[in-house]
Amino acid sequence: MHDLTPTPALGVEARTIGSVTITENSGVALASVAARRGESDVCANGLKALLGAVPEVGRAVLHDPEAGFWMGPDQWMIGAPMATHEDLADQLKVRFGTAASVTEQSGAWVVFDVTGDSMPDLCELLCNIAIRKMKAGDVQRTVIHQLGCFVIRRASDDHIRILGPRAAAGSLHHALVTAAKSIAQAPGTAEGRPVA
Amino acid sequence: MIIDHPLLGPRDSSEFTYMGDAALIDRPDPEAEDAAQAFYEYAYLRDNPAGWHRELWFHEAGDRSWLVVTRNTLTHEISNVELARDVARSRGRSA
Amino acid sequence: MRMKTAAQKNRLQGGQIDRETELTFTFDGKRYRGHGGDTLASALLANGVRLMGRSFKYHRPRGPVSAGSEEPNALVELRSGDRQEPNTRATTAELFDGLQARSQNRLGSLSFDLLAVNDRLSNFLTAGFYYKTFMWPKAFWEKLYEPVIRRAAGLGSLSLREDPDVYDKGFLHCDLLVIGAGPAGLMAALTAARSGVDVILADEDFRMGGRLNAETLTIDAAPAADWAARTVAELADLPNVRLMPRTTVIGAFDHGIYGAVERVSDHLAAPQPDKPRQILWRIYTRRTVLAAGAIERPIAFQNNDRPGIMTASALRTYANRYGVAVDRRAMIFTNNDDGHRTAADLQAKGIKVIVADVRPETPRALDYEVLAGAQVTDTMGRLGLTFVKLQLADGSERMVECGALGVSGGWNPNVHMTCHHRGRPQWNERLAAFVPDSRPGGLPEGMTVAGAANGDFSTAAALEGGARAARAVLDLRGALPEIPKAEDRPVRLQPFWQVKGAGRAWIDQQNDVTVKDVTLSHQEGFRSVEHLKRYTTLGMATDQGKTANIGGLAIMAELAGKSIPEVGTTIFRPPYTPVAIGVLGGRHRGQQFHPKRLTPSHAWAQEQGAVFVEVGNWLRAQWFPRTGETTWRESVDREVLATRGSVGVCDVTTLGKVDVQGADAAEFLNRIYCNGFAKLPVGKTRYGLMLREDGIAMDDGTAARLAEDHFVVTTTTANALSVYRHMEFVRQCLVPDMDVQLISTTEAWAQFAVAGPKARRVLEKIVDQDISNDAFPFMACANVTVCGGLRARLFRISFSGELAYEIAVPTAYGDALIRRIMAAGAEFGITPYGTEALGVMRIEKGHAAGNELNGTTTALNLGMARMVSTKKDSIGAVLSRREGLNDPGGLRQVGIRPADRADQIPAGAHLMAATGPVDAAHDQGYVSSACYSPTLGHHIALAFLKNGANRLGETLRVVSPLTGVELAVEVCSPHFVDPEGDRLRA
Repeated sequence: MHDLTPTPALGVEARTIGSVTITENSGVALASVAARRGESDVCANGLKALLGAVPEVGRAVLHDPEAGFWMGPDQWMIGAPMATHEDLADQLKVRFGTAASVTEQSGAWVVFDVTGDSMPDLCELLCNIAIRKMKAGDVQRTVIHQLGCFVIRRASDDHIRILGPRAAAGSLHHALVTAAKSIAQAPGTAEGRPVA
Repeated sequence: MIIDHPLLGPRDSSEFTYMGDAALIDRPDPEAEDAAQAFYEYAYLRDNPAGWHRELWFHEAGDRSWLVVTRNTLTHEISNVELARDVARSRGRSA
Repeated sequence: MRMKTAAQKNRLQGGQIDRETELTFTFDGKRYRGHGGDTLASALLANGVRLMGRSFKYHRPRGPVSAGSEEPNALVELRSGDRQEPNTRATTAELFDGLQARSQNRLGSLSFDLLAVNDRLSNFLTAGFYYKTFMWPKAFWEKLYEPVIRRAAGLGSLSLREDPDVYDKGFLHCDLLVIGAGPAGLMAALTAARSGVDVILADEDFRMGGRLNAETLTIDAAPAADWAARTVAELADLPNVRLMPRTTVIGAFDHGIYGAVERVSDHLAAPQPDKPRQILWRIYTRRTVLAAGAIERPIAFQNNDRPGIMTASALRTYANRYGVAVDRRAMIFTNNDDGHRTAADLQAKGIKVIVADVRPETPRALDYEVLAGAQVTDTMGRLGLTFVKLQLADGSERMVECGALGVSGGWNPNVHMTCHHRGRPQWNERLAAFVPDSRPGGLPEGMTVAGAANGDFSTAAALEGGARAARAVLDLRGALPEIPKAEDRPVRLQPFWQVKGAGRAWIDQQNDVTVKDVTLSHQEGFRSVEHLKRYTTLGMATDQGKTANIGGLAIMAELAGKSIPEVGTTIFRPPYTPVAIGVLGGRHRGQQFHPKRLTPSHAWAQEQGAVFVEVGNWLRAQWFPRTGETTWRESVDREVLATRGSVGVCDVTTLGKVDVQGADAAEFLNRIYCNGFAKLPVGKTRYGLMLREDGIAMDDGTAARLAEDHFVVTTTTANALSVYRHMEFVRQCLVPDMDVQLISTTEAWAQFAVAGPKARRVLEKIVDQDISNDAFPFMACANVTVCGGLRARLFRISFSGELAYEIAVPTAYGDALIRRIMAAGAEFGITPYGTEALGVMRIEKGHAAGNELNGTTTALNLGMARMVSTKKDSIGAVLSRREGLNDPGGLRQVGIRPADRADQIPAGAHLMAATGPVDAAHDQGYVSSACYSPTLGHHIALAFLKNGANRLGETLRVVSPLTGVELAVEVCSPHFVDPEGDRLRA
């Protein structure tokens, strides 16, 4: 067993601003799976065995311990708890063999969980997705603060998971925090912005 | 503008990178006798019409698909959006 | 201590203001009081202040012309210090306690403006004066005329300080966007909302209701403003409705995208902590109802620009909505029945009114005097209206003493937003106005127009039009909702544009354009409306001619002997009203202009005191200064010598990495690189050069074959994105049936270069496998483990020219690994080096980088012609063989060194023969990269030289006319250090 200690992308505490909580989640192992040419069916069967279903276009399968979402044509991202799946890519390589190309992605992403009643208001300041129309399991790749990110609507109504480029974790977190402050209602007022 | 992605549905054009004439799919045969002339035309003599145009757009902030978008450059009306890979195959490209 | 303020002498009873809230504000340092719900203009008028500014060119005294965002005149500076904001319309600025406002465009005081002399010079300042009067002598334009004119003409001033406020940008999605919350907009929103679709209702005003707030009309037998308030309350309770007051929709963009600016905090002295001043919204909507109302238009007559003269509807708005009499004695000058509505409303408020109606037949007035067939021929009053001079129907003259003159030339539908896709409004004879082009294709797709904006001027027609528009545009079934009962008076008007006279009559007050200017422009041949606009500046600047354009067109038509529709109209572009740059920038300013990408060793490098440089969005360590080092060169020289002497380490994570997998991966690389990859054995790395299809070098890097069907490709830091895009293009568009899959892994791996003769000794302590020269020779690559089992990748590649490795671990372990490498290397004095030392070493070694791969160079130029395989097809291969790119005498990469070793060679300098002329015709090439080589002890450079490969040993001159450098250099091999490559293979 090696003796190197991993560091989180940012290493920040969870922050609650108004009714939104922003939490860095360092516990997600990630790997991409892309079907080889002519192996779509085999690959789909592998995904089905792993997740219970093949994630459709724009969708995630929120399954335990492995979950997955559609990234592009014939390409999926698989996530699992880091504690038990640090070698996720190797596991998937064994599972898929030459039916798919597997690439480790754990280090590429910072993961933020955003929860709270005003999460949709937060999203409206951050990215161009119709967050109020998204259902649990919907996934969109979008741009937040000039950064390409995935936004995953999780099972609970007020929860999204954002995967952003790890190297820009600080800028992304700053964007999330400033947007949260922007929409947070001043204490003692019933509504954030005057309506009429 | 909004590009109606064949897989993902309507997406804002700001998510895409533009590369112009979709004729770039029709890369000439490098073995052909007139390859030099054909590549010269391929690289330099591209259409830029005022009106309907088939263009390549890359969904950079999306699913990384190259699309062929049929767009009227005067009105920005978009009449058709296809996966470039499908277009390439239909035009006889393979490997 | 509270300073004394005068009573609000022109404040009337009633209106939509909050009399419980008393607000104190200052204008030009003088203190006044107003109420909640006032605008700055209404509060000043309540205090008897009509004079609010000086005109643009002639410095004429001016007051508000309107009560809305179309205002051309009453532009003021608000606030002070770093929040000072010029050119704010007093007619829309919401009053708040402590507001500071100042008049602008004056020298001296507002009532005694020294530049008012321009008004006397008006004969020299006519249309296009700057093209004619100040042409000679030529040199005087830049030095004298322009600065003086700019000083005299203009609007407000900037604080020249950083804006302390923040701005947000956001995205909204809805089924129906309703622009304007007057009767039509409210009914459209209500109709749509009740059907369950998602509705956004936006209005630029802080109080929704549009003209209903400014009228004495009734709806369903109750005051119209009450109906508006009830309807707004109902909409506010619906979960599918978003009400956006203080929000100006600024433009209709393609495919149902609208821009809107929400003024979140403009009505406060300063935004709440962390709250934005404004938000720029992008609204994505399926359908739009434009219910932007109409704007009353003036009539031109002599001296029609004095403070106190405004549109009749503005007088009505100030009286009804704000409870303000502009003056207790008022005149109305009208060509239509609506002017009489103003008269009746003012009379009911106790204001004495006389109406001059140009028509011989006028409505019967109950309690005010009507002068049928009368015209206003002139006005008096130095700083504000005191007398109006009339010519009566019988030709006699009459003087009327009054301080307010309301002018009504009819109403123009507010068609601005209908033009944003080049729609051309159509002339409507009945209204004598342009109305939206409702023919197919005439409006932005998905838009329909309702209410006064569509030419439906009665309240009843607006209410019904709004409901019908929403139903039609959303394709709703079922019965029309019940339309509330309201007035339905027809439009009765006699088109009338100007009172003929000798003096100046203003058409565009903001730009000081008069009837004379339009006439002059016509005489000088500027006869298209677009030329008229550019030549006279009619309709330019902050109001974009919302009140002025139609008058100019009418006069032009008259001069040309044509009808107005024959002359045509200019069309409008976004934005609807001026937009602050700050809100367009949003959060992207200062430190947040771009996101910052940090390398895995960033925290560690900061601890070492590294100096950072931005490379793309990355922050990379540029050098690591040590105590006692006073210049960057000292640090860089030390880093180079330490690396070449023992061992150094550098974070190279920023290089682009692309995972290429699939059965056809090797064939795919064969296609994108000009050199061959099919035969690269597993466990080996190869340098690769990518060409563009035109034969020019695009990027270079390495491809490491980790398995038969798995390569890791690296790109330069700068081209990581574009190379990936190109690879996807080739994969999807050119070779769609190859079995190859791509994904970027740039950030997935932390990668460090460990270079120098002791590099192996360091890594042997870290890598778990045998990395001896035999087991892991030059250009080897492998999946390995480090520190007892952590998965890693090792590449034996070298940019520095030394024995070197690049080692990669999952990014989360990057910080731990750099610390472990430093510890392992301590006994060898391992030295961290930055991008500067990296650059010096690659120049010493003669490796091309961005300066050489500059978008104009070919493989031949770079000395890599033999790499371009002729045995296979690759992108760019065919055109790289073009004759023009293969001139034997063409540019070749060479090294150069100063003949006098003490000299310094400037990058970018050009090469000339040792003697002879220095000009473009004798150009021999240029210096692409230059540095001081601590290894050699003198400056060196890489250059592109004509026929360079055959000119080693020649002496040439390097010249840089820009910096005044001219010195002798010797041509040499670009491989200054270890040309045989022995060190690499050690």
